[in-house]
Amino acid sequence: RDYDHLFKLVLIGDSGAGKSCLLLRFADDAFTESYITTIGVDFRFKTIPVDKKTIKLQIWDTAGQERFRTITSAYYRGADGIILVYDICDRESFAHVDEWLNEVNRYVNESTCKILIGNKCDMESERQVSTEEAKKKADDLGIAYIECSAKEATNVEQAFQMMSAELIEKRQKQGAGGRSGPSAGGGVGLLQPKNREAGKGSCGGLGSCGGGD
Amino acid sequence: SSSASASSSRSSPPAAPKRSTKAMKFDKLLSVPSVDLAALRELLWSGAPEEEPKFRAESWQILLGYLPPVRDRQGPGIAKKRDEYEELRRRHYQSEDGSGELGPHDAESGATLRQIRVDIPRTSPGLPIFSHPRIQALLERVLYIWSIRHPASGYVQGINDIATPFVVVLLAAEMRCAPQDINVDAAPEIILDAVEAGAYWCLTKFLSDIQDHYTAGQPGIQLMVQKLREIVHRIDEKLYNHLEAQGLDFLQFSFRWMNCLLLREFPFHCVIRLWDSYIAESLENFSSFHVYVCAVFLIYWSPQLKQMDFQQLMLFMQKLPTGKWKNQEIETLLAEAFVLKSLFHSSPKHLGLGPK
Repeated sequence: RDYDHLFKLVLIGDSGAGKSCLLLRFADDAFTESYITTIGVDFRFKTIPVDKKTIKLQIWDTAGQERFRTITSAYYRGADGIILVYDICDRESFAHVDEWLNEVNRYVNESTCKILIGNKCDMESERQVSTEEAKKKADDLGIAYIECSAKEATNVEQAFQMMSAELIEKRQKQGAGGRSGPSAGGGVGLLQPKNREAGKGSCGGLGSCGGGD
Repeated sequence: SSSASASSSRSSPPAAPKRSTKAMKFDKLLSVPSVDLAALRELLWSGAPEEEPKFRAESWQILLGYLPPVRDRQGPGIAKKRDEYEELRRRHYQSEDGSGELGPHDAESGATLRQIRVDIPRTSPGLPIFSHPRIQALLERVLYIWSIRHPASGYVQGINDIATPFVVVLLAAEMRCAPQDINVDAAPEIILDAVEAGAYWCLTKFLSDIQDHYTAGQPGIQLMVQKLREIVHRIDEKLYNHLEAQGLDFLQFSFRWMNCLLLREFPFHCVIRLWDSYIAESLENFSSFHVYVCAVFLIYWSPQLKQMDFQQLMLFMQKLPTGKWKNQEIETLLAEAFVLKSLFHSSPKHLGLGPK
């Protein structure tokens, strides 16, 4: 096979926070102002080098509206990493961070790698959530925080790198017993429950790259 | 036939371009004192003429129960519906001070409005009229009022998409031009008000039979996806097995097909053509017919799909190469779906053997 590790990531967060735009920037290095709402779940993949390893990321981009939760929650279960996105110009999307975490924690175990992304950091004049406040929030939650701009391609690659590095480390800790090959297909809920002992440090080991502009 | 001799017909201006046979058929059906609904359904099923947008608009509005089929009742009927909508607008949309600015009544309607406002700028970006502030405001009111009036589902993303064909078809008819030539700035307020009320009632009727697509858990969609699975299992087992072997679930690609009624999968003019037939089906039938259209649409790609792995399948189905499709391709889909549906309905036990 042409990669060392395969990781499945899921993008979650309020509608309009920019999940699809982050993914479009990461996967295709493109941006469009006229994006359409995601219905259900979209999918992309990208292979990137991380620490001399070739990492293949399969990324599920979920619709933010609550009504789609029945559909989107099926994707949390098989995820190696969760990327929670809010919009730094929309306080409400930040206020919902706890709700989103509670929601995913019903499906994944505590040690599943998670990061918080504050998107749209190019729009400094419309900022409603300070970097410090978001950083503190992430620290309290024990997850990493990074500010990105899908529009200006700020820190987008870095966010995925951060997550991949953490996932590699965790998988190596799991050792030979860990799952490192490609699983059959990529269907919903196909993965075995993860070893709860593994990755005690969660994503806490990651530093914050906040204030990306 | 004699009806084709346009020269001797009613007082159409001599300068008018020659009508197509199709347009003449619509004209004949729609210009009588009482429209024959069964005949109109049959005619619309084969598509409305593009060159005279009023025929499509009238047919849609009649078959969706907005415009009365009896001509003498059309004026008063429409006036009554418009008044009703005006009243809804006053009650649900206008603020206490009557300024027209909306102040949500409670947290829930506030959340609904917030969601609609996030989605309006992201609605049908392929069509320039939807970036016009007047159309955006119109659509916001239609969606918001619909949501408040249908609390069991409320606003769900995708309903914004579903509202767009009604706005376009009605506005094109009022402005007497093709959808892509609509000049919103040139539209008088009275026309936009008429379009808004019409779009509201048409949307309401159109969604009335599929409201369970949008209620909690979206049971209607789950059911349709299950039906799609069963149909494909019966008629293209190789494809079905291939998708299963690749770990691709039908829900992963067909959820959007159901939630947006294929609107995201085709160029807009094809969607309008598809909906001619959907609206021509009776309302209780169109959602079941839609599943057959989806089945035929999926199987259309079967040769390619069978060569793809999970990842390729996901990417391919996210954006199927329909960008250059014309009405002709849609009509082929419709014809095949019709045959398939007749086949299954004449021997219902075909559907009894659902896959486990």
